Amino acid sequence: MKKTVGLSFILLSLIALLGGLLFGCIAAFQYVLPDFLKELIPFYKIRPLHVSLVISWIFLASVGGVYHALPKILEKPLYSNKMANWHYWTFLLTGIVIIISYFLGYFGGREYWMFLPVLSIPIFISWIFLIINFFASVKNYNVNLFTQTGVTNKMVWPVYLWMWATGIIFFFLTFSEAYLWVFPYFRENIVREMTVQWKAYGSLIGSWNMLCYGLAIYVMEKTSGKRISCLPISYFLYFLGLINLILGWSHHIYILPAAEWIRLLGYAISMTELIILAKMIWDWKGLIVKGIKLHSLPYRFLLSSDFWIVANLVLAITISVPAANIYTHGTHITVAHSMGSTIGINTMILLATIFYMLSENKKNTYRKSELKMIETGFWIANISLFIFWISLIASGIIKSFYMTQNIVFQQIMISLHPYFWVLALSGFTLFIGVILITIPLIKQLSIK
Amino acid sequence: MKFLLPYKILLAIVVSYFFYSYIIYTQKMDTEKAKKTISPLALEGKKVFQKYNCVSCHQMYGLGGYLGPDLTNTISEKGEVYARTILKYGTAKMPNFHLNDHEITSLIDLLKEVDSSGTFPVKNFDITWFGTIKEK
Repeated sequence: MKKTVGLSFILLSLIALLGGLLFGCIAAFQYVLPDFLKELIPFYKIRPLHVSLVISWIFLASVGGVYHALPKILEKPLYSNKMANWHYWTFLLTGIVIIISYFLGYFGGREYWMFLPVLSIPIFISWIFLIINFFASVKNYNVNLFTQTGVTNKMVWPVYLWMWATGIIFFFLTFSEAYLWVFPYFRENIVREMTVQWKAYGSLIGSWNMLCYGLAIYVMEKTSGKRISCLPISYFLYFLGLINLILGWSHHIYILPAAEWIRLLGYAISMTELIILAKMIWDWKGLIVKGIKLHSLPYRFLLSSDFWIVANLVLAITISVPAANIYTHGTHITVAHSMGSTIGINTMILLATIFYMLSENKKNTYRKSELKMIETGFWIANISLFIFWISLIASGIIKSFYMTQNIVFQQIMISLHPYFWVLALSGFTLFIGVILITIPLIKQLSIK
Repeated sequence: MKFLLPYKILLAIVVSYFFYSYIIYTQKMDTEKAKKTISPLALEGKKVFQKYNCVSCHQMYGLGGYLGPDLTNTISEKGEVYARTILKYGTAKMPNFHLNDHEITSLIDLLKEVDSSGTFPVKNFDITWFGTIKEK
C-alpha cells in the first residue's frame, strides 16, 4: 500500500512497542531473579528503556493515526508532508540517541522522562512541526462539515478533531511543564516540585488519552457508518474529558502536604474520563448493524478495550477516594491502574486503529494463518494481561497491608515473591501475545 | 475570520490552563514545613539523585519505582548512618555506584530535607464522612 508518513510512524510505533515489552519482561524477571542479565543491563537502565519505549509506542501510534486519518477526513493532503517527515525523522533520531544514552548510563533521572533534559529540545521542535501542520491543515475544515451535515453552527468540528487538537496542544504544554524543575523556584521546594511534577504528568497522560480516544471515536464512526462524532453528547463528554485533563491530576497528590483545596478538587473531578469513553463505546456497539465482518479486527480490539475500561473504571474510582488512596498510593495497585490503562485501553484502541487503517486498502488482506495468529495473540494478550493485572492488585493489597503493620520493606518484598513470579510469567506471555498480533501488521506495513 | 472560532475556543482553554497553573505554582501549602526551601547542598543531592537515575527503583512521596523502598522518611526511620552505609556500599539488590564522599553527603542532605517536609505514608489520620483524610 502507499506508504504515508502516518504509516511510517505506525511502523515505528510497533517496533517501539515490541522493544518496550521486551525490556518490561526483563525488568519483571529481575524482580524475581535479581542476577538475571544484571551485569549486562541493570534495572536502573532497563526501566527507563521500558518506560520511554512504551510511552513512545502510544505517542508514535497516535500521531501516526492522526497524520494518516487527517487527509482522508479533510479530503486534501496535509498542509506539509515535508514537515511531517521532519517530525518523523527528528523523533526517530532522537529516540535512537535516547536509547544509546540509557545504555551508556546517561540519565535525566526524572520519572517518565528519564533521558537527559537536552534531548527534550528536538522533541519540542518536532512537536512544533506537528502543531503547525495540524492547525494549518484543519484551518478551513468547518466549511466541509457545514455542507455535509447541515449543521448550521460553523464552529463545529467533529469531536475527534477537537480531541486531537487538545491532545496536541496539551502534550506541548505539559511536556514543557515537566521541565519547570530546571528553574530554581520550582526545584527549591520539595512539595511544590512534587506537585508540579504530578500536575504535568497527570495532564500529560490526559493529552495522550485525548489523541487515543479521538482515534477510537474516528474508527467507531467509520466502522459503524454513523456520524457519532457530531452528536451533542459527544461534545459534552469531550468537555468533561478536558476538565479531567486540566484538573483531574490532583488525585495523585492526596499524600502531599499541598494546599487542601487542590486535593479536594482532584477528588471531585476524579476519574470521569473513563466513564466518558465507556459511554461512547457502549453507544457505538448499539449502532453497529453492518460491516462487522469487514471490520472484525478493529471491532474486536475496541471491544476488548471496552472490557478494560470497565475494569479500570472500578479500580480508578476506588483509588480516587482519598480514604482508599492513602493505602494504595505508591503500591503496585497504581501500577495495575497504569498497565490496565496503557495496555488494556490505549494499546487495544491503537491496535484497532492500525487494523482499521490497514483494512482501508483492499490489497491488505491477511492469510488464513495470519488471521489465526492474530486471534491467538489477541486471546493470549488479553488473558495474560488480566492475570498480570490481578497479580499487581494482589501485590499492592498485600504491600499496603504489611505497611500498616510496620513490616520492613525487605520482608514485604520477600512475601511478595510468588506474586512477582506470576507477574513476570504473565508479562512474558503478554509479550508473546503482542508479538503474534504485531508480526502480521509489521509485515503489511513493510510491503513497499 | 469566522472560521477561526475553534481556534479562539482553544486559545481560551489554554489561557485558562495557564491561569490555573499559576494558582497551583503559587499555592499556599498547608504546613510550615512544606513551605521550606531546601539547602544548596540538598539541591546538589538532587542532581546526584537524577544522575544515577535513583527514581528507577525508589520513590519519594510514592512517586517513582517499586524495586527499592520509598525514601521520604528514610532518615527519621533508619537514621543517617544506615543511609550513608547503603549509599557507600550498595546492597545485594542495589548496585554500588561508587559515589564519592561529597555525593553521599549531598544525597544525605536531600534525604534530610525531604524527611522534614512531610510524612509518607501517613499513618495517623482520621477519615471524614465523605472519604477524605485528615492527618492527626
